[in-house]
Amino acid sequence: MEEPVVECRNLTKQYGSLVAVDHLNLTVRKGEIFGLLGPNGAGKTTTILMLLGLTEPTSGSVRVLGLDPARQPLSVKSRVGYLPDQVGFYDGLTARENLSYIAKLNGIRGKEMQDRIRAALDQVGLSDVADRPVRTFSRGMRQRLGVAEVLIKRPQLIIMDEPTLALDPEAVREFLDLIRRLKADGITIMLSSHLLHQVQAVCDRVGLFHKGRMVLEGTVSDLAQRVLGGAYRIHVEADGGTALDEALRRLPDVVQVTRDGAQTYHIEARSDLRADVARAIVEAGGRLLALSSDVPRLDEVYTRYFQKEATYAAA
Amino acid sequence: MQQPEALTRGRQREGSPWTGLWAVVAKEMADYLTSVRMLILEALIVLTAAGTIYAASQSLRDGFGGDTFLFLKLFTTAREPLPAFVGFLGLLVPLLGIALAFDSVNGEFNQRTISKVLAQPIYRDALLFGKFLAALGALALTLTSIWLLIVGMGLLRLGVPPTGEEVVRSLWFLLVTIFYGGVWMALAMLFSIVFRQPATAALASLAVWLFFTAFWGIIASLLAQLLRPVPPGDPLALIDQVQLELALARISPNTLFTEVALATLNPTVRSLGLVLPIQLHNAVLGTPLPATQSMLLTWPHATGLIAATIVLFALGYVLFQRQEIRA
Ligand SMILES: Nc1ncnc2c1ncn2[C@@H]1O[C@H](COP(=O)(O)OP(=O)(O)OP(=O)(O)O)[C@@H](O)[C@H]1O
Ligand SMILES: [Mg+2]
Repeated sequence: MEEPVVECRNLTKQYGSLVAVDHLNLTVRKGEIFGLLGPNGAGKTTTILMLLGLTEPTSGSVRVLGLDPARQPLSVKSRVGYLPDQVGFYDGLTARENLSYIAKLNGIRGKEMQDRIRAALDQVGLSDVADRPVRTFSRGMRQRLGVAEVLIKRPQLIIMDEPTLALDPEAVREFLDLIRRLKADGITIMLSSHLLHQVQAVCDRVGLFHKGRMVLEGTVSDLAQRVLGGAYRIHVEADGGTALDEALRRLPDVVQVTRDGAQTYHIEARSDLRADVARAIVEAGGRLLALSSDVPRLDEVYTRYFQKEATYAAA
Repeated sequence: MQQPEALTRGRQREGSPWTGLWAVVAKEMADYLTSVRMLILEALIVLTAAGTIYAASQSLRDGFGGDTFLFLKLFTTAREPLPAFVGFLGLLVPLLGIALAFDSVNGEFNQRTISKVLAQPIYRDALLFGKFLAALGALALTLTSIWLLIVGMGLLRLGVPPTGEEVVRSLWFLLVTIFYGGVWMALAMLFSIVFRQPATAALASLAVWLFFTAFWGIIASLLAQLLRPVPPGDPLALIDQVQLELALARISPNTLFTEVALATLNPTVRSLGLVLPIQLHNAVLGTPLPATQSMLLTWPHATGLIAATIVLFALGYVLFQRQEIRA
C-alpha cells in the first residue's frame, strides 16, 4: 500500500496542564481531501501546527510525506503549503511582490518565479489586480492571494485553516471548485472549517475533533451511520391512514418512522430503501404521492453528536 | 512550555540555518529604503549635518581652530546657537537605530504574516538574522552617505582635501558610530520580540535611552561614592573612587560613543579618563597622536559596542526561538 501523506500516532500536545491534542491518531492518504471539524478550541489548529513543525509535539509521532517535521522541517515545508486562518500580507507591497517574497523564500527565482507567479495569480483569478497594493484588497481577494501563495511552491499537500471564513457564497463556490481542481492534479488537501455543508461538498473523509481527541472519522455517510443510526432518510407523501405506519415500520433496516401531519412520513434507514418503501405503501393499499430521499447532512451528524455528548456529560 | 526549537533539535536539524537569509535581507532592505519613517529620519540627519557642518566650516574659515586637522574639526566645532555635529549624532543615531527595529518582529505578528513566513522552508534563525542584517545595513548605508556628504561639504567649503590621517580617523569614527546605532537597534529588536505592541517596544527603547542619557551619569557617581567612600585626606581612595565612577559610566553606550568621538576626532587627546601627572611625564602636551594610537586607545570602546550589539541580538534570538507562533 502507498505510504500515507499524513500519519500521526498518539500525537499529544500539552500547554501546561491543558491538553490541547490528546493521543491523536490520524491518517490521510494521497489524493484525499480530508476535513478537520470540531468546536472552537478542539485542537485543530494545534494539530496543523505540529504537522508543519511550527510547534513541537509533547509526545507521539508525526510523519508528513514520510518525513519527520521536527527533524526535517525544511523538506516538509518545501513540500507542504499552509494557509493559516486569517492570513496576513505585507500591505504596502503589491500582490505580485508578496508572491515573489514567498517564492524567494522557497528558493524559486528568475523566470521560473515569474512563470509560477503568473500561473498562481491566474488560478485564483487575481491577474488583473496583481500590481495593486494588498492594502486595497477585499477580504475575499486576500483569501485568494493566500491560496496563490500556497500554490507558488507547487505543494504535494495543502493544509488550510478555515479557508472559507471570509468568502461570499459565490466565492465559496469558486473556492470549492478550485479545491476540486487541485485534487484532480493529485494534490492532497486537509482543511479545517466550521461550515459543514462546504466540508461535506468537497471532503472525501472528515475527522471530528473534540477536546483534543478525534472522536469520529470516516466518510460522511459512515459518520451518519454511526451517529444518526440511519444513514438514509426517505421522505414519503402517501394517502392511506395508519396502516402505512405499520407497514413502513416492518421493513428491514428501518430505524425510525415519524409522521408529520396526515400524509407525510420521514423514514430513517440503514440502507437505501426507496424501492421497498414504495412497494410497501402500495401493498398496504396506500396511494403514493411523492417520494424523496436526502443524503445525510453533516450538520445533522455534528449537532446530534454534540447533543449526545452533552446528555452523557449531564448524566 | 514551548521548547526552544534550536536547542532541542540541536545539531540534528537538516540543512543550513541560513537558508533563505538573503531573501529576507533583500526584502527588509527594500522596505527600509522605501519607508516614510526612514525617509523622515534620514532627512532630519541630513539637514542637521548640512546645518552644523556649514556653521562649523564658517567658523573654521574665519580662522578659529588653527590650521591642523581642519577636516576633523568640521565634526566637532560648534557655533552658537548650534551644538557641534557629533553632539547631534549622539542623539540622532540612537533614534535612528530604534526606529529601524522597534516593530521588526511584532510587526510580523500584528500583520499575521509570521506563521505564513515560517511555514516556508526557512528556519527562524534566518528570519531574525536577516532582519538584523538588513537593519544594520540600512544604518550603515545612511551613516556612510552622511559621511560622504560631510567629506563633500568639507572639500567645497574648506577647499582642502582631508589628509590620509584624517580619513582614517573619520572612517574609524564612522564604524564606531554604526555600532553605536547597532546597540540601540539590537535593543529595539529585542523589545520588538518581547512586546507585542510596537508602541510599547518603541517606548521601552526610548526609556532605556533616556535613562542612559540623563540619569546614568548621576547614578554612576552616586554608586561610586557609596561603594568607595573617601576618607578625608586619602588621595589614593579618591583615585579609586573616580576610577570606579568612570568604569560604571562606561556601561552606558553614550559614554563609550562620546569618548570615542573625543579621542578619534581630536588627535591631541592622548588618554581617556584619569591622567596622573606622572603619566604625562614623557608626553609632550598638545602633540597629536598618530591615528593608529588613537584607534588603539578606543579599541576597547569599539569592541564594547560591538559586543553589546551581539549580546542583545543573541538574547532576542533565544527568546524568539522559544516563542509560540500562532498568528
Ligand atoms: N500558546 C498556548 N498556550 C496555552 N494554551 C493554548 C495555546 N495555544 C492554544 N492553546 C489552547 O489549546 C486548545 C486548542 O486550540 P486550537 O487553536 O488548536 O483550537 P482549534 O480547534 O483550532 O479552535 P478554533 O476552531 O477556535 O480555531 C485551546 O483550548 C487553546 O486555548
Ligand atoms: Mg483554529
